[in-house]
Amino acid sequence: MKILVGVKRVIDFNVRVQVKPDGSGVVKDGVKMSMNPFDEIAIEEALRIKEAGHAEEVIVTTIGPKACQEQLRTALAMGADRAIHVLTDDEVQPLTAARILKALADKEQPKIVLLGKQAIDDDNNQTAQMLGALSHWPQATFASEVKIEGDTATVTREVDAGLETISVDLPAVISADLRLNEPRYVKLPDIMKAKRKPLETVSIEDLGVGHAAAVKVLKTTAPAKRQAGIKVESVTELVTVLKEKGLIS
Amino acid sequence: MSKVLVIAEHDGVNLNGSTARAVSCAADLGLDSIDVVVLASDGTAVAEQAAKISGVSNVVLVQNPANEHAVAAFLAPQIESLASDYSHVLAPSTTFGKDLMPRVAAHLGRPQISDIMRVESTHVFDRPIYAGNAVATVEAPEGLVIGTVRTASYKAASNDGSASIETRSVDVTLPSHTRFVELASGGGGDRPDLQAASKVVSGGRGVGSEENFKIIYSLADKLGAGVGASRAAVDAGFIPNDHQVGQTGKIIAPDLYMAFGISGAIQHLAGIKDAGTIVAINKDADAPIFEVADFGLVADLFEVIEELEQAL
Repeated sequence: MKILVGVKRVIDFNVRVQVKPDGSGVVKDGVKMSMNPFDEIAIEEALRIKEAGHAEEVIVTTIGPKACQEQLRTALAMGADRAIHVLTDDEVQPLTAARILKALADKEQPKIVLLGKQAIDDDNNQTAQMLGALSHWPQATFASEVKIEGDTATVTREVDAGLETISVDLPAVISADLRLNEPRYVKLPDIMKAKRKPLETVSIEDLGVGHAAAVKVLKTTAPAKRQAGIKVESVTELVTVLKEKGLIS
Repeated sequence: MSKVLVIAEHDGVNLNGSTARAVSCAADLGLDSIDVVVLASDGTAVAEQAAKISGVSNVVLVQNPANEHAVAAFLAPQIESLASDYSHVLAPSTTFGKDLMPRVAAHLGRPQISDIMRVESTHVFDRPIYAGNAVATVEAPEGLVIGTVRTASYKAASNDGSASIETRSVDVTLPSHTRFVELASGGGGDRPDLQAASKVVSGGRGVGSEENFKIIYSLADKLGAGVGASRAAVDAGFIPNDHQVGQTGKIIAPDLYMAFGISGAIQHLAGIKDAGTIVAINKDADAPIFEVADFGLVADLFEVIEELEQAL
């Protein structure tokens, strides 16, 4: 079987994001860009499923401008077999992304689509679930463990109440949470090898997908800052101030 | 007539506190009425609790054996068939709502507004992006609005309402491709739920071991507090994942948050921004947690907890 993995190019998680003073967005010029960390976990999981003998091919895809090729090459260096770049300079929101992924899934017929649970730029946490809905496939979101047995996947999910386990028939959409695995480091020879792996470019129009009704961003602002408070010198002083505020009795 | 439908989160017995917070957000829309839908296998008790939330006009109870566990693929088609009566459909932005609502939105061909933290008008909302390091003001397209509510941004609506309860049958074919297997809870015991607790005592890597976390639990019990943890403490295996506070864990807004041995990584701070008072105890005077703490104490956490136990 095939596994399709979606990845997104985002501002690197170590960058302290700055809001532009004119409210038009955040500063992206000259800022380090990387693969969304949850997507890296999704790639790693797909590779492990393949290495365990449950899949023959891992296909990686991204939607975005030319520069996103960099993230596809990273995924290929990690071990993905081939890449599909859905090339667009337009901003693509989750519902449109899900439509694009569905079109790719219709074409490639993967048994599993693996995505990160959310991208750390817009923090929407929507695309995997939307793809599940559009494809009428089961969804196993926020996965911390995936076991494949024949045509089913048993997935442990990180939920507020603890760890929930569900079993889903394949094909299915799985979204990766933080503790699913630790992605491998890419070695130099693999980076060289990745340059020769196939990378196909398609347009949104090629896939016959129309843009969905979109949410309009009116402005972007810096969040209200918490003021640093005071240092207390002792437990006695701490207890006194907390009692004064009525927080402890 | 514009009406908002709020999806109740519950475990079959108790209504989750996130529901009343989502109702507060719904109230800010200023629409004609607020309904709450309880999807359950046997949901009478939960519906009665939902009927008490102030501001709710009508509780819609949809009972189906398939609703015993909250499986998004089962709940979504039922919500979709109710949605046509409403201008807005909201759920709390907990793992329950995050899993469910995009599935509803996509079937209805609507985009979703995730993590609403402020309502500006019926179609304009503030929401956090970049782990809360920026706030986007967004406008949903005309027509039905589907959204999730950042619960830490809203106080729970009060508990003195008396809504009517109406049982509805929803005639949709549900898929058979998903099976619930089990839920393993971290075993918080009788302690207050982390997201609902008015006080939270939290431990980080500095606590050192699973064994040492006992003193965190003990102090929490003394204060009637919930127990939280940093990602570092969870990853080190000191405490189960359902205690994790932060961008990838729970986002909370207790009146009092006490952080012991937590350095204050950005992703952790994103989870406590809305806390009333933050107290930080850390040996390292340069720990970033002190930049947001209302009261900081540079000291050994074990000594502090011992003294606190005696003082309280």
